[in-house]
Amino acid sequence: MAVVETGAAPPSVAAVRPRGATRREAWQRRLPLLPALIYIVVVTQIPFLVTLWYSFQSYFFDVPGPPHFIGFSNYTTVFTSAAFRGALVRSVVMTASAVIVAMLLGIAFAILLDRKFLGRGVVRTLIITPFLVMPAAAALVWAGPMLDPNFGLLNYLLQPFGVHHVAWLSTHALGSVIVVMIWQWTPFMTLIVLAGLQSQPPDTLEAATVDGAGALAIFRELTLPHLRPYIELGILLGSIYLVNVFDQVRLMTNGGPGTATTNLPFYLYTQVNYAFDVGGAAAAGVVTVILTIIVATFALRMFARVFQFQEAGV
Amino acid sequence: MSAVAVRPGRTRAPGPQRFREVSGKVGWGIVAWVVGIAFFLPVLWMVITAFKPESAAETWPPRFVFSPTLAEFRLVFSGWGPYVTHSAIATVGSTILVLVLGVPAAYALSVHPVKRWRDGLFFFISTKMLPIVAAIGPLYVIAVKAHLLDSIWLLIILYAAMNLPLAVWMIRSFMLEVPGELLEAAELDGAGRIREIREVILPVISPGLVSTALICVIFAWNELFLALNLTVTNAATMPMYLISSVPQEGLYIAHLSAAATVASVPVIIVGWIAQRSLVRGLAMGAIK
Repeated sequence: MAVVETGAAPPSVAAVRPRGATRREAWQRRLPLLPALIYIVVVTQIPFLVTLWYSFQSYFFDVPGPPHFIGFSNYTTVFTSAAFRGALVRSVVMTASAVIVAMLLGIAFAILLDRKFLGRGVVRTLIITPFLVMPAAAALVWAGPMLDPNFGLLNYLLQPFGVHHVAWLSTHALGSVIVVMIWQWTPFMTLIVLAGLQSQPPDTLEAATVDGAGALAIFRELTLPHLRPYIELGILLGSIYLVNVFDQVRLMTNGGPGTATTNLPFYLYTQVNYAFDVGGAAAAGVVTVILTIIVATFALRMFARVFQFQEAGV
Repeated sequence: MSAVAVRPGRTRAPGPQRFREVSGKVGWGIVAWVVGIAFFLPVLWMVITAFKPESAAETWPPRFVFSPTLAEFRLVFSGWGPYVTHSAIATVGSTILVLVLGVPAAYALSVHPVKRWRDGLFFFISTKMLPIVAAIGPLYVIAVKAHLLDSIWLLIILYAAMNLPLAVWMIRSFMLEVPGELLEAAELDGAGRIREIREVILPVISPGLVSTALICVIFAWNELFLALNLTVTNAATMPMYLISSVPQEGLYIAHLSAAATVASVPVIIVGWIAQRSLVRGLAMGAIK
């Protein structure tokens, strides 16, 4: 697929044009980019600069008077706060486990959907639906009709396996939230991996079959390497969205019981909305952003590799 | 696809092998159907519960036979007016803004790329990695100072920023698909950039634009965090209506399910209709 199109890829298009592009030409190229660039810088970067500013201030919504400078003491609080550390660890655990399980399920489902069978379109439709359900709706429906200890459907379905009126959200809170995250994001992973499977050149597979390669060998040696950019992309996008998971935590468990499901987004939310501590939340936010940048640098490197894979590989 | 290509050789297979193949196919089909239904079950249960009278919604064992009622839906439709209006405005408004800003930007990163197009693209993506929750307190203060708190404009602005990076990235990948000859022909005709975009590129990438817009619609319609923190009544959206449908006491499961169904159905239906372009859109992002 990609072989044909690489002819239109930026480098070759650029090569067609004369080398010494004038300054006017350069600006003509830049001009269409500017509105979006300025917009995104203003809307996404300014709040973070303000966050940085407030992180050095004592600023409580419920304390009268203007915010005042207090140096690094907000940061001292953040670094010594067990609540922040706990939320950080839970964020990592929730994101990593949800992304990994969703991806494994996604690969399995994609392999299923790549085969021809009766009603394939319908099954694909059923499988993608959880991704389309409003996360707030998913959270509330799971918390009530699905997981309720007294009338929940899950307990009813698990009855034959010796499960009796388990109060999932109090005894297995973290697991329950992660299950809902997985349920919503597996379809996304399935779609991406499926697209990868279907872009696989059939003749290579056929040749391998003729050569007498087993199904497992073909999958490991041919399919998996081909899927790699798709899997990496799914993991990357999934992590970006899942690390910010808030709706499920807020609506299923409200961070509890205790702080059992309090991840970073929910922690920051409570700092602002219940502790009214704008300065403290800002400092926690800055630390979060710095940690994210460290992780994202690795992620972006992965992105760059995917891109190079594209240019060199095809 | 691959199955079609392999088929001619297979139809000539001898009897027993053919039988194995057919039964294997049926086996896969059954597994796939079971998985699909299991995955869909919570959604199905949501819709079923929405049609129950409140008294039949919280029973043990759960009831599968009951006399369906539209009472809860009527209740939802009587109260959702302002919320659905706000949601629609925020969703459509932000998506239009994304496309207006995103198409030229994607053009500048693909067809006639700026020098450091790769850095530009990465910058857009990197803004998605900064957790917006980290800035929620300051964002609140900024909104208050700019008189934008509880305003639908604030949601439009923020949702557009939230979706723009992914949109630029997807639209760019569709633009790379536009055949070079078409662009060269347009250039030989002496078409300017604007004409080139409008008459050559846009018609070719319109299916891609649809799937991009669709993704933006899904994320904007479903967004809760910003709406919850930055709106009260004048701009409260559907997810907030959903929260308000959970009362402090009394039976509410049927009502909640009806509200959840109503809130989710628009996006579900749009997603079902456009699933092919959705798949394509995501896949294009993956390989370009």
